[in-house]
Amino acid sequence: MSKISTNFTNILIPVFAALMGLLFGALIMLFSGYDPVLGYTALFEGMFGTPRAFGETIRAMTPLILAGIAVGFAFRTGLFNIGVEGQALVGWLAAVWVGVALDLPKPLHVTIAIVVAAIAGALWGFIPGLLKGRFGVNEVIVTIMLNYTALYLTSYLIKRYIFAGNEKSENIKESASLQSPWLSEQFGFSRIHYGIFIALLMAIVMWYILEKTTLGYELRSVGFNKHASQYAGMNVNNNIMYSMMISGGFAGIAGSMEGLGTFGNMTALTHFTGIGFDGIAVSLLGGNTAIGIVVSALLFGGLNSAAPSMNFNADVPSELVRIIIALIIFFVASSYVIKYVISKYSKEDK
Amino acid sequence: MKKTGLFLSLVLATSTFLGACGTTKETGEKDTAEKKENKFKVGMVTDTGGVDDKSFNQSAWEGMQRLGKEEGLEEGKGYKYLQSNSDSEYVPNLTTFAEGGYNLTYGIGFLLADHVGTVAKQYPNQQFAIVDSVVEGDNVTSITFKEHQGSFLVGVLAALNTKTNKVGFIGGVKSDLISKFEVGFRAGVKSVNPKVEIISQYADSFVDTAKGTSIASAMYGQKVDIIYHAAGNVGNGVFTEAKNRAKKGEKVWVIGVDRDQHNEGMPENVTLTSMVKRVDNAVFEVSKKALDGTLKGGEIVEFGLEEKGVGIAPTTSNLQEGQVDKVKEYEEKILSGEIKVPSSEKEYTEFEKTLK
Repeated sequence: MSKISTNFTNILIPVFAALMGLLFGALIMLFSGYDPVLGYTALFEGMFGTPRAFGETIRAMTPLILAGIAVGFAFRTGLFNIGVEGQALVGWLAAVWVGVALDLPKPLHVTIAIVVAAIAGALWGFIPGLLKGRFGVNEVIVTIMLNYTALYLTSYLIKRYIFAGNEKSENIKESASLQSPWLSEQFGFSRIHYGIFIALLMAIVMWYILEKTTLGYELRSVGFNKHASQYAGMNVNNNIMYSMMISGGFAGIAGSMEGLGTFGNMTALTHFTGIGFDGIAVSLLGGNTAIGIVVSALLFGGLNSAAPSMNFNADVPSELVRIIIALIIFFVASSYVIKYVISKYSKEDK
Repeated sequence: MKKTGLFLSLVLATSTFLGACGTTKETGEKDTAEKKENKFKVGMVTDTGGVDDKSFNQSAWEGMQRLGKEEGLEEGKGYKYLQSNSDSEYVPNLTTFAEGGYNLTYGIGFLLADHVGTVAKQYPNQQFAIVDSVVEGDNVTSITFKEHQGSFLVGVLAALNTKTNKVGFIGGVKSDLISKFEVGFRAGVKSVNPKVEIISQYADSFVDTAKGTSIASAMYGQKVDIIYHAAGNVGNGVFTEAKNRAKKGEKVWVIGVDRDQHNEGMPENVTLTSMVKRVDNAVFEVSKKALDGTLKGGEIVEFGLEEKGVGIAPTTSNLQEGQVDKVKEYEEKILSGEIKVPSSEKEYTEFEKTLK
């Protein structure tokens, strides 16, 4: 009985948070003189209204799923990986580099590009993992700093080695691309690409590692209680490193989705893409579970990709979407209040 | 108990608002119907700097507003902008306009160049325009500026006004485009007084205001008294630093870019002059052509001194007597071809040789 009710609460809280976020978003629209019904109709149309809109939503959710499972994986093992953004950038560059430099048959080229992206992300995650595992350095601070390192390093490397003008790298070879004219045509010529299948596969991989393998069991156990795990004979330090590397690997693949799927190249960025940071929100809303992350990535991806259409059709500034996302996070974070209310009510029922 | 009350009132509030929403739906539908009736529609997609960047995005938008006023177009229906919050939004934003049946859609800034090219190919019956870059395509008009000419003129003013014989240049991201600003500025300074030293630095960003402040702080610290910036929002940080120093009694100047940035320097009054790039004029003229049906597409339209596309700002209150005439003198020399302003590092080396 209690198990069912906790499961129910776990689903209820994010749903409640999302609804509250949308409700308060409506209030803000109303108070600023916009029409919330028109606004939300346009937002919904922009998410699912046309094949193209749906395709763009899927395109936007693809890297978010991967960023979400990267954050979620680390979180489940007791680590807070704020460095997903940086790991994704490194993965993005690695994937594009393989796509530009190598000449291989199609399936092999894509696969290698993604694997290399995962390795690059894992290496970027290895640094904070090593520092945390060996020397107890706070991973939050290290990963935040490494984000900036990744941002400027990738920008420099692009300009130094694979620069094609207009602040962009050279385009990847056709054989490394995840884009598919056929798939794109099915979705009204949107930028949807095969990456979505990889993202979903990786969500399953995350679930499998955490729930079905000894490694996952150990990692989760370290997350619950470091000292007890050590006492039980687990190598806590190594587990922290493995966890950061796996998390970084997912993040690296998230970056490769942009490189091999959406853009086909990489811009010498001067500011963060926001994928990694949105990933934190996605993971939080999804309760750090694989299935929850996929669903909340759909919501956040849709919100992001539909913002311009809301602006266009209902004249509601697209910043409102950022406010809604912020509100959703706020309500997820204040979930303990909601839990308290729910538990009180269910007691009264009895 | 208190919590129950709160919860209840929330529920109540929800239902009230939802009720209120229901009534507004009809007007919403009318709006969309009207939209379809309108004939000419022109849209612009900003780069990540946003429409209030106090620079070229804003300038483009001002041009569009002027067009709207003169041609009786209504904002939101006849002309409209969409802001891009990240690189991945360029394509959806451009597509949104094309799908909405907009006759002409601008991509503001060279960052959108490839994306304008892609979208223009998908919608061959509509016109597109790109500012600050050249894109091939029968339905794309490329708008470029001779920024080096305008920068040359503010360089002249910098050389005339510096007391320390040291002036600075802060660029956004290093590229061929921003080089035009830097090289033109240097040429202008050196033409007046070859002894003036020029310090150049790039912020590697167009949005990082804090970086503008720190670079400006370092430059003013090295006795630079005039800084020319070509760095979008980063420039706002330069203004902040200059104003802070002016408050403490230091005499420092900023030369603005793209728009007349006199107001950005107030109330401390630190804007010496600005290199105006009349993106608004360009947007206005190209849009007007499209409106009249004479826009061909596939052309490169270049706006220089001659076309009144670049120049110094109309506000000249901080300039000394006679300096405006001096600028005019150089302007005529450029127009007559007597001075050929360099637009790249290579041309500058050539230019430097002719100085002495």
